[in-house]
Amino acid sequence: MKKIPQSPVFWSLHGLLAATALGLVTMASPQARAADSIKIGVIAEAQAIAGASIPQAAQMAADEINAKGGVDGRKIEIVTYDNHSSSADSVRAFQRAVNEDKVNIVIASYISEVVLALEPWASRLKTPFITPGAASNEISKSVHADYEKNKYTFHGYLTSAALAQSVCDAAKELLVEQKHMSSAVIMSEDAAWTKPLDVGYEECLPKVGLKVLDHIRFSPDTTDFTPIFNKIEAAKPDVIITGISHVGVQPTVQWKNQQVPIPMFGISSQATNSTFGKDTNEAANGVIYQGVSGTGVAVTPKSVPFAEGFNKRFGNYPSYAGYTAYDEVYYIADAVKRAGSTDADKLIDALEKTDWEGTIGRVQFYGKDDPFTHSIKYGKGLITGLMLQWQDGQQVAVWPKEVAKAQLKFPSFIKVTSK
Amino acid sequence: MLALQILIDGFAVSALYALGATGFTLIFGVSGVLNLSHGAIMVLAAVAAWAAASMLHTDTYTGALIGVAFALIAAFATYFAVVQPIQKSKRIPNEEKEIFVLTGTLLWGIMIQELIAYFFTNNAKTVLPIVEGVVDIFGVRTPRNEIFTAIVCWLVIGLLWFLVNRTRTGKAVLAASMNPRGVTLLGLELNNIYLVVWAIYGVLAGIAGVLLGMFLGVSSYSVGPLTASAFSIVVLGGLGSVSGSLIAAFVVGYLETVTAYLISPAYRTIPALLLLVFVMYIRPQGLLGRR
Repeated sequence: MKKIPQSPVFWSLHGLLAATALGLVTMASPQARAADSIKIGVIAEAQAIAGASIPQAAQMAADEINAKGGVDGRKIEIVTYDNHSSSADSVRAFQRAVNEDKVNIVIASYISEVVLALEPWASRLKTPFITPGAASNEISKSVHADYEKNKYTFHGYLTSAALAQSVCDAAKELLVEQKHMSSAVIMSEDAAWTKPLDVGYEECLPKVGLKVLDHIRFSPDTTDFTPIFNKIEAAKPDVIITGISHVGVQPTVQWKNQQVPIPMFGISSQATNSTFGKDTNEAANGVIYQGVSGTGVAVTPKSVPFAEGFNKRFGNYPSYAGYTAYDEVYYIADAVKRAGSTDADKLIDALEKTDWEGTIGRVQFYGKDDPFTHSIKYGKGLITGLMLQWQDGQQVAVWPKEVAKAQLKFPSFIKVTSK
Repeated sequence: MLALQILIDGFAVSALYALGATGFTLIFGVSGVLNLSHGAIMVLAAVAAWAAASMLHTDTYTGALIGVAFALIAAFATYFAVVQPIQKSKRIPNEEKEIFVLTGTLLWGIMIQELIAYFFTNNAKTVLPIVEGVVDIFGVRTPRNEIFTAIVCWLVIGLLWFLVNRTRTGKAVLAASMNPRGVTLLGLELNNIYLVVWAIYGVLAGIAGVLLGMFLGVSSYSVGPLTASAFSIVVLGGLGSVSGSLIAAFVVGYLETVTAYLISPAYRTIPALLLLVFVMYIRPQGLLGRR
């Protein structure tokens, strides 16, 4: 019996060794290493907080399934690859996963640019592929536009259009109805995922009663946000609607240091990380952000046990992409069971019929005729997302009512208008 | 109103650029080393200050001191582990040593960057400011921390001026930058002067890094852009000229701020880079360069 180190390096080495059938023993029982285990390749950003949870959560789901005997006696094996947040590295990892490590399906990345680069490779190599965290509409629109070619790609997270809708639905209740706000400025980073998000915002914000006064897009490598906040303040909006993911810590800290008196509300991916409070020296207090999950929020009966189990095992709570990656391994296993095979076409058929209650809600995919083919469905009874707010160093659910644990609460420099 | 806003914001950013570039240009002026691990050392200082405060729960001052101490250690490590072995090597021809130092420090910087990303992720970190709150300057709401940053930068630059022009050690450093051989003929050990310069460099880069962490925040991604910005400021001002770098820092800082306010924050860095190209055409030695 060899000693098994638990570092990320180990997981990738492990994949390599297992692939060459050296028969290294893992935590699973000896029979576990049946000749035809179900192999899932996981390509993720190991150095980013959002990405680091992806392989960990996938491994956790696989271990749980294997502990209960696997899928019809077949064990699930996770093979991980670090993509260094790079599209080129991801494509190489995808090729290697399929051609050398012979994976049956791939879970990859939370960055839209990376996922869009992998999509044609899923088609070329005829290997099903699910993203746990990218949002661009183009991912599933391409599947709709050329189904036969792109049917291999599944979008396991909300599209930018659905994210915008989720923010607007929450804004209607929290900002317009409760706080009587009437105007907003959109502030978003220039990236693939925010283009459709901004289109969605521009369309749905006026419908819920928030007039869009200005729209500021900035480069994702911006470090000084002073001019941006000053420009926003000059427009005198009631709220700043955010679309940020590559940046997060810096605008939040500068928002507090400069005491910008306008609340921030919207998508702020980094705020979903449990370390965000510490990273910003608690400047996060007051920030309201959209999420599909939250620490201690029982979106479904599976949410809290997963988050707590993850924290116990890895020492921190999962990022949003951790929740989706965990669910993905489960519904892949479910699809393999229903298909009775890991053959790509049969697996795709089975995945399309997915109806799985996971940690973020009930997962179903839009069909061939929907413009967002293979994207997870948004709506009541399925996945609606949540709004959470950083309050006193904690992430607290504030919307929807069913899971809300507190009212909105702002730091003293914020002037909430109540007209 | 907008003009005043630009004046205030530009001043703080420029002062920070100036401090960051001063150490970089000093090292080049005295020992001919272009240290491309500069950005990594600045980020290391900021991340160390952040880690001390948020993980070891030290107070802000101690955290900042720990940050500067890390930069000092990193500066010496750069000198002893990378620069000196290349300079002393008998297998590298003399005329190729500069390019070896350039490559060596670049790789060293990448190593520091990857280590920071590995242990602290590539998400941005911010150092808790020493002074908090805002003050109103003729209607412009200015964070106290921004004023503090500008004051500290100028104090440190002033101290450096005093050290170089008014103390014996400083004069030796100045002499070494003018004529290294002459200094050795006077009986001064050139190696000791280099050590002093690397120590000064470490402290300057450390203070600049910690202040940057307080003012804007840093991540491992900042390493490349920070080295590049110090490099372009120094080239614009004239390699090795401290006063040239100061002027260039203000030109770049204000040009960026004006662009961000009047054109778009998305194009912030472009005009300064165009100016650099233009200056290279008409005055290749930079504004105050002498080489």
